[in-house]
Amino acid sequence: MNELLRRLLFLPPQASTLARDIDGLHYFVIISTMLGALLVTVVGGWFLIRYRRAYVDAHPDEYDVQARPPLWMKIAAVGSLFLLFVIWWSIGIRQYLELRVAPEGALEIYVTAKQWMWKFAYPGAARTISVLYVPAGRPVKLILTSRDVIHSFYVPDFRIKQDAIPGRYTTEWFEARSPGVYEVLCTEYCGTGHSMMRGRVVALDPGDFDRWLGGADLETPLAELPPQQYDPPWVVGQTARAPEVDPVVIGERVAETQGCVRCHSIDGTPHIGPTWAGLWGSVVPLASGDTVIADGAYLTESIMDPMAKLHRGFPPLMPSYLGKIRPAEVAAILAFIQSLRDVEAQPAPPPATRDGGAP
Amino acid sequence: MTEQSRHREDIEAGDLFADVPPPPPPDYLRDGRGIRSWLLTTDHKRIALMFYAVIVAMLALGGIFALLLRTELLTPDQTIMTAPVYNRMFTLHGVTMVFLFMIPSIPATFGNFVLPIMLGAKDLAFPRLNLASFYVYLLGTGVTLAAMVWGGVDTGWTFYPPYSTSTESSVFPVVVGIFIVGVSSMMTAINFIVTTHTLRAKGMNWFRLPLFVWAMYATSVIILLATPVIGLSLGLVGADRLYHFGIFDARFGGDPVLFQHLFWFYSHPAVYIMILPAMGVISELVSTFSRKPPSSYDAIAMSSLGIAFVGFFGWGHHMFVAGMSELDAGIFGGLSMFVAIFSAIKVFTWTATLYRGRVAFNTPMLYFFWFLFLFTFGGMTGVAVATQSLDVHWHDTYFVVAHFHFIMVGGTITAFLGAAHYWFPKMFGRLYSERMGLLTSVSVFFGFLFTFVPQFLLGNAGMPRRYYSYPARFQWLNVVSTGGAYLLAGALLLTLINLLCALKWGRRAGPNPWGSHGYEWMTRAIPIKHNFETPPVITRGPYDYHLPEEMPHVDPQAR
Repeated sequence: MNELLRRLLFLPPQASTLARDIDGLHYFVIISTMLGALLVTVVGGWFLIRYRRAYVDAHPDEYDVQARPPLWMKIAAVGSLFLLFVIWWSIGIRQYLELRVAPEGALEIYVTAKQWMWKFAYPGAARTISVLYVPAGRPVKLILTSRDVIHSFYVPDFRIKQDAIPGRYTTEWFEARSPGVYEVLCTEYCGTGHSMMRGRVVALDPGDFDRWLGGADLETPLAELPPQQYDPPWVVGQTARAPEVDPVVIGERVAETQGCVRCHSIDGTPHIGPTWAGLWGSVVPLASGDTVIADGAYLTESIMDPMAKLHRGFPPLMPSYLGKIRPAEVAAILAFIQSLRDVEAQPAPPPATRDGGAP
Repeated sequence: MTEQSRHREDIEAGDLFADVPPPPPPDYLRDGRGIRSWLLTTDHKRIALMFYAVIVAMLALGGIFALLLRTELLTPDQTIMTAPVYNRMFTLHGVTMVFLFMIPSIPATFGNFVLPIMLGAKDLAFPRLNLASFYVYLLGTGVTLAAMVWGGVDTGWTFYPPYSTSTESSVFPVVVGIFIVGVSSMMTAINFIVTTHTLRAKGMNWFRLPLFVWAMYATSVIILLATPVIGLSLGLVGADRLYHFGIFDARFGGDPVLFQHLFWFYSHPAVYIMILPAMGVISELVSTFSRKPPSSYDAIAMSSLGIAFVGFFGWGHHMFVAGMSELDAGIFGGLSMFVAIFSAIKVFTWTATLYRGRVAFNTPMLYFFWFLFLFTFGGMTGVAVATQSLDVHWHDTYFVVAHFHFIMVGGTITAFLGAAHYWFPKMFGRLYSERMGLLTSVSVFFGFLFTFVPQFLLGNAGMPRRYYSYPARFQWLNVVSTGGAYLLAGALLLTLINLLCALKWGRRAGPNPWGSHGYEWMTRAIPIKHNFETPPVITRGPYDYHLPEEMPHVDPQAR
């Protein structure tokens, strides 16, 4: 029955634990909608034929200008409809709560949307783009945000959807019932590439997932999937090193090897460049006279193009790291800077530039 | 001064020729000739006709955009246009249909034409304001269309920031154009409210108002309360773009979701702005053609006000997946469903009105029949998408597209076409071809079904809206939908041709070709400029079909 109705209504496969219940409500709602519309139409159509003018003129006693339905019928009609809506509502809100509140201990994965791709950050340092790896049979909680405009993370097979909103964190969760590949679509219009902003959820066997996350041989679990659906998680191969799992630790190491800390202090002491202590989220005065919030976007830009928005009071010395640093390393540095946000900066003002500079 | 007393005075003054009755004044179409007499008229009927012409042109324009969109969607990838063009095209379609066609459609044309006549008034309370509203509408339409054609806007008609504040396309002039159109709607709304309060004929109390007037009144109240909000919200988007205030921009501490609240606080009631006039038309049609009063006048009149009131409290159901709290989702879902109860009361009442009537079957009635099915189905799918857990799957998919087209096209356009046929004899004094009318009506219905039923299924299958390219498994349903769209467009074109032909070659109609008891049929075949030669006195309700068929008693000249 479930399978027949699902196919009749063109619903996608029920790949998450909640999908089947939601589809149950779906059938109930759609069938009662169809019956309701049909009932009104059939009754209306019957009256149109039964009381057509030619017939009524031949049978004048059929015509009763004052005829109206009895009161009980009106109350029954409106009352039963009201009851129907109350049932829909009470099932709907309960399922909505289940959809929204992730179970305790769910695996947390950060999702960052940007025009026009999805980026996933796993516990540890693993990062992927467009392909989300999850363990089947375990609840997975996605924590979403966006770097530019609003996007929406939609997996039809799981019956889940959640907007990714810049400046906010939203969550959604699911539990894939079995290993497989499921389509991800963006459902909030986000510009030219909106309809191509697609991705995939690859649900792995839980053991395989843990091995994958630990940086083990990647080919093993995925080889079981149909070959045309297999996409090697290439980004992971660059960063997922088993011993270093904390992005802050990686960030600190990258900051040393890339030489960042030669100019930027991490304890708040004034130095050649602005200190990283307390930098994250602060308001940065720019040489141009504007200000900017030191968020991921600004810091990334300043790493790639330091002169674009120069911090007021600091000399234009920093070289561009464009092409010298990998995206995963940038992310790690940002995580490191973020970890320093509560370190107190020294009250001493930064040294003025030699040429006077802009105030 | 009445005709007789003037006559008596003339005789007393010794004017021997005075007992020859003066020639009756010409009807409104012939009262004044030349383009000037139209462009500068303050006659509500002429203004209505000017609105009518422009609004039909907007419908045609929006329809052409829709056909281009559907053609593009024939194949999963590029068919006739590129992605940026497609994105501009669906914005054009949405903005044209919603702001330039749908919102002014029935109020500015049929409302403008029949509302004062139904009230027994000579004109609207502020005739010059009425004319001004037409030119303001033209200005707004011109600005909007010019900006969209030359600059192009690719935000969709909802203008969600931060996309709308960061896209390269020319959002600002379009927003200004829509603001101007909104001002025009408000002018019309004020006019209708004041007219209904102050210019009712002698003897017309509030419960003798035709139900169409109740619907227009409720619509006007919504327009007046909600339109300033959309004007301001779109203004803020414009300001955000120009001056980077950051009201909706998270980088400056703003909140993009705030815009969605402001936008839907207007735009959800705007859905009722679009459907309430249609409901008013349907109430008139049903009563006239079944020769019975509505089975409950009070239920229809009061449910209009109920929709206008409760409709303001359901906007949050557009944000179930935008990070809304579960409590809010519960409240908004419940309130949205509550609005549907009022609509259901209307549907029950219309259906019950047919019971034991003398039902004439003709084009307007056929449109009523389509309306009954499409509106009930569309309305109940509206309650379905207000069911929170189901909306998570359906939100922003083609299911939603199909749902609101069922209401807007299946409801409002069907009623618009019904009204176009129903009041055609009163507007132009001629009858359209009934056979062609029925044929086009049937084709409109089937074209509509083929267009939008596949879209429900596409939404179930998970196809998101505003998709330029789509996974190949969605293709055959899209092809069916496109075929339906062409059928629908052809049927609408034939309808227009049928009515245009009737203008020239239609049989002449009498003052009351449908045998209606509605007040607007008590004027002459084509009303004169001020509608009535003598101010009418109302002694019965508009649906008193238990009274014998009477001569149009408010118009002595029509004897």
